[in-house]
Amino acid sequence: MDTKETVLNILADLTGDTTIQNNLDESLFDSGLLDSMATVQLLLELQQQLDIDVPVSELERTEWDTPNKIITQVDHLRNA
Amino acid sequence: MLNIQPYQNPQYFLLLLLAFIPLVIGLYNGHRWRWYESLISLLFIFLIFDADKTIQGFALIGYTITQALIVKIYFHYRTNKRFNNNFWIFAVAIGLSILQLVVVKLTPLLANGKDSIIAFLGISYLTFKTVGMIIEIRDGAIKEFSFIKFLQFLLFFPTISSGPIDRYRRFIKDYDNVPDQSSYIGLIGQGVHYIFLGLLYKFILGYLFGTLWLPELEQMAMAQRHNHPFGISLALVGVMYCYSMYLFFDFAGYSLFAVGTSYLMGIKTPMNFNLPFISQNIKDFWNRWHMTLSFWFRDYVYMRFVFWALKKKLFKSRITIANLGYLLLFLLMGLWHGEYWYYIIYGLLHAGLMIGNDAWLRFKKKHQKYLPSNRFTKLSAIFLTFNIVCFSFLIFSGFLDTLWFK
Repeated sequence: MDTKETVLNILADLTGDTTIQNNLDESLFDSGLLDSMATVQLLLELQQQLDIDVPVSELERTEWDTPNKIITQVDHLRNA
Repeated sequence: MLNIQPYQNPQYFLLLLLAFIPLVIGLYNGHRWRWYESLISLLFIFLIFDADKTIQGFALIGYTITQALIVKIYFHYRTNKRFNNNFWIFAVAIGLSILQLVVVKLTPLLANGKDSIIAFLGISYLTFKTVGMIIEIRDGAIKEFSFIKFLQFLLFFPTISSGPIDRYRRFIKDYDNVPDQSSYIGLIGQGVHYIFLGLLYKFILGYLFGTLWLPELEQMAMAQRHNHPFGISLALVGVMYCYSMYLFFDFAGYSLFAVGTSYLMGIKTPMNFNLPFISQNIKDFWNRWHMTLSFWFRDYVYMRFVFWALKKKLFKSRITIANLGYLLLFLLMGLWHGEYWYYIIYGLLHAGLMIGNDAWLRFKKKHQKYLPSNRFTKLSAIFLTFNIVCFSFLIFSGFLDTLWFK
């Protein structure tokens, strides 16, 4: 499975919002879809499903706030 | 000699203006004269701790040396490939780093309200910075350490007394950099605007609420306390709102000075307040009130606790884990304010409010179709949040302690 699909699946699971794939540039923090708890779950899911480690302090919110940005970050970390 | 507390009187601002002329000219022309910045930083820090505050000054020097050593040694440990990332070494580093603050916080409790001799203005805020650094070093997020930069970050004089609490990597990015001319002109404009807004907040509104009206309302509430159950009089309600306004304008005013002054130095210290009184719920409130403190607790306490608890499967329910996280966060925040019953109740109250708010948000999500959402519901939410917050500030103020027990 590619990064985009995996990330979108995780996000849809965590937020309970299946329309996420239609709003790839909407801020998940501003809309309240992703709170701190869901953010931590996202990091754990990324660790389990894609085997990438993102420590909490590496999570710069302005770089992780939309589905597209999250996909870019994850892609970057997978290829690092 | 002379002692000038930060942002308190006209002398301070005049001195700031004089000291900043060369600095602003330099930055405007693309030079950051770091030796000059260090010189005036030392001067202003010296003025805070001079004359009758000399003992505090020595406490600060001792503190700075100890913290620098702790962070340096821990950084060495973490970057040396021979060692793995042992939790207990990390715990010892954190323990040593907060030791002086813990002693300072506990001394008044154990010594009848007397201050510790190792206390100094700003110790809490400096400790937030170093603890944050140690955590990021453990995570491998901080990859470079230099004594000079550490000192610049820790002792950055515009924010030394009461924040806002910056982060090491963010600060260093600004410090290593010289803003280009057009963005620096923007920073000057914003900085000056913040400083003038700060004057309005702190010296006009804060003065009206805090110095002119609050003592009178408190006197009235005290005079009537035996005529009402629990002393709850109209005057007490007045104290509640008046204190809340004072607390906001005084601290937001200070924060605006600190941020404005930083901007003039080309350092974008994060803002502390974002219109907290229009919050629609308590979670929204904590994203707008004393933000650098609440984000510090969110990132370094709450999220780390939740991460650990989820991974270890401490509880099955993630709601339980989130709620425990809130309790931990707000109890710690309460205790940090001081070891008095009203700070602890304040912390517990906010933890309870966050837990209740989460439950409400879950309920709302489930029943979205049946719940109205319009301008009226929004205004009611703001009104309700505002009043609950003011009530929590009445507890926080400690006035109830005087009203009931003194």
